Amino acid sequence: MLAKALSVSLFGLAGRIIEVETDISSNLPAFVLVGLPDASINEAAARVRAAATNSKLPLPGRRITVNLSPASVPKQGSSFDLSIAVSVLAASGYFASSRVEGTVFFGELALDGRIKPVLGVLAAVVAAKQLGISKVVIPAANLGEVHRISGVTVVGYDHLTQLVADLGVEVPVIAAEPRSFETEIAKNEIGCFSEVVGQEDAVSAMKLAAVGGHHVLMVGPPGAGKTMLASRLPGILPRLSEDQAIEVGAIRSLSKQNPFEYSELPPIQSPHHTASLASMVGGGSAQPKPGLISLAHRGVLFLDEAPEFQSPVLEALRQPLESGQITISRASGQAVFPAKFQLVLAANPCPCGFAVGSGKDCTCSSSSRMRYLAKISGPLSDRIDLRIQLNPVNAALVTAQHPSAGERSSDLQLQVTQARAASSERLKGTPWLLNSEVAGSYLRRELRLSKSITKQLDYALDQRLISMRGYDRCLKLAWSIADLTGRNTPNLEDISLAAFYRGSEL
Amino acid sequence: MPSPPNRKHVLGLYGERVAGQYLQSLGYEFIERNWRCSIGEIDLIMRDDSRYVFVEVKTRNGLGFGSPLEAITEIKLGRLRKLVNAWCASRQLTGIDVRIDAVSVLVSRGKVELEHLKQVF
Repeated sequence: MLAKALSVSLFGLAGRIIEVETDISSNLPAFVLVGLPDASINEAAARVRAAATNSKLPLPGRRITVNLSPASVPKQGSSFDLSIAVSVLAASGYFASSRVEGTVFFGELALDGRIKPVLGVLAAVVAAKQLGISKVVIPAANLGEVHRISGVTVVGYDHLTQLVADLGVEVPVIAAEPRSFETEIAKNEIGCFSEVVGQEDAVSAMKLAAVGGHHVLMVGPPGAGKTMLASRLPGILPRLSEDQAIEVGAIRSLSKQNPFEYSELPPIQSPHHTASLASMVGGGSAQPKPGLISLAHRGVLFLDEAPEFQSPVLEALRQPLESGQITISRASGQAVFPAKFQLVLAANPCPCGFAVGSGKDCTCSSSSRMRYLAKISGPLSDRIDLRIQLNPVNAALVTAQHPSAGERSSDLQLQVTQARAASSERLKGTPWLLNSEVAGSYLRRELRLSKSITKQLDYALDQRLISMRGYDRCLKLAWSIADLTGRNTPNLEDISLAAFYRGSEL
Repeated sequence: MPSPPNRKHVLGLYGERVAGQYLQSLGYEFIERNWRCSIGEIDLIMRDDSRYVFVEVKTRNGLGFGSPLEAITEIKLGRLRKLVNAWCASRQLTGIDVRIDAVSVLVSRGKVELEHLKQVF
């Protein structure tokens, strides 16, 4: 008997349809898997046989040959179990192979027939949809991440018997134990900006960063509130659109944070400064996994104690900052992951952290002070639009500030959303969404400002005080300031403020 | 020294007899049974028209240890192939057609179930 079922093989976010063919021939009992399976798929034979037997669906004592085609594509992982089981059961005559035609199966089997959650379900469903598949069967435990997908029917099962019962096989259905979704904890854990004491300037700078998607560097002594500010940034960014949330979720589904719930909250990743290069950009030989920069896609990548990161890790950020994606090349192929993140760097002013104000508490030598921040200078520093100097909070500010004096995150989010509406209206028909992304040539031609407004910048450029890139970056930031204040075009003040934030001397 | 007949041995002999009768009922010609040499033993040798058929018979009285056919492993098949060569050599037969079959005999609750697989390589 011959039968066929479909599955998806993922490489990065790109999927390929895999046909799982089964032939049962009159020969000595054996379970043979062919078609470039890796070790974890070869083990599927044992899982499928046991799961079928324990689901009261005994397999024939014959030679079962399963072929994963196209045979030239390397396949990996336990997610093929379900498609192999369905194909084998169809070949065994439990149901007609035509009943599962055009359906993709994705999931791992336990020996007792339970269908267990796997990595990459959302990515697989998105890929299957793009490949024109209309129905996907997945583990029920993964349903939380895919329920917003439209245009493709997604069905989840807990147990193999439930699946085959739906295919018309009369079998005692084993109800799986009730299971609770591991819900998104971060959702409620994003604090409010009103909790930040005495850093009004920094808060308005963060607001500005949120409007234009500008990268931020915060320099300040320990305890000034750098981490507080950064961790609250996702709370004022506009919610992700459904398409964006699915894109973010698809990347996340490939990481170990699985299973998870669909979320429209922009992600934030805050790696420790010991993070390795592979953990940041992604890696892995057989099946490349997304790194933290991709997991922060459409969200925030917060590097606390930025100068403490290894230099190669910081330098690796340059290319994704420019292109918005990362290409991981391996012998087996190239995986492309999106990585359009907003970078927030936090640093102490010096190794001891007290070189603020008069700097009299600082115990560092002048050379070590210079070396410290130099680690994030150069090409990386050039891409940072907002430099914020945080000062230590003093007692007067703490007592003077009313508990509800600071602006609430929800109010800030509203302002940011309105400002972004203005910029997206202006950028309609261009490939860009945010002010920080706009090409310099477009700024200088289509969005040209009058000479009287840009005279300071022109002068600075002439005097070689700022670079051409710096000139463009100031313009972008000025547009964000104008959007936030509700002006149609930046004025002289906006340009000065932008230059101030950028840390350029005019 | 031949080992004393025990339950397992008797069951095996019974299964081989049943299998032989079954194959004869299909029109196979009986050639030899339990041919032994230094490598091992061939349970049944039959002839299907011009083709010599070497049969491995597995007899069980329950499924507690899996299907009888599952007990025929790759190693056993490999040995069987060598035995076929040895038998042909001893008979000085060359250029003949051969085939290896497997027959499972399942004896349980007074019923006998036979399964015959042709050409198991």
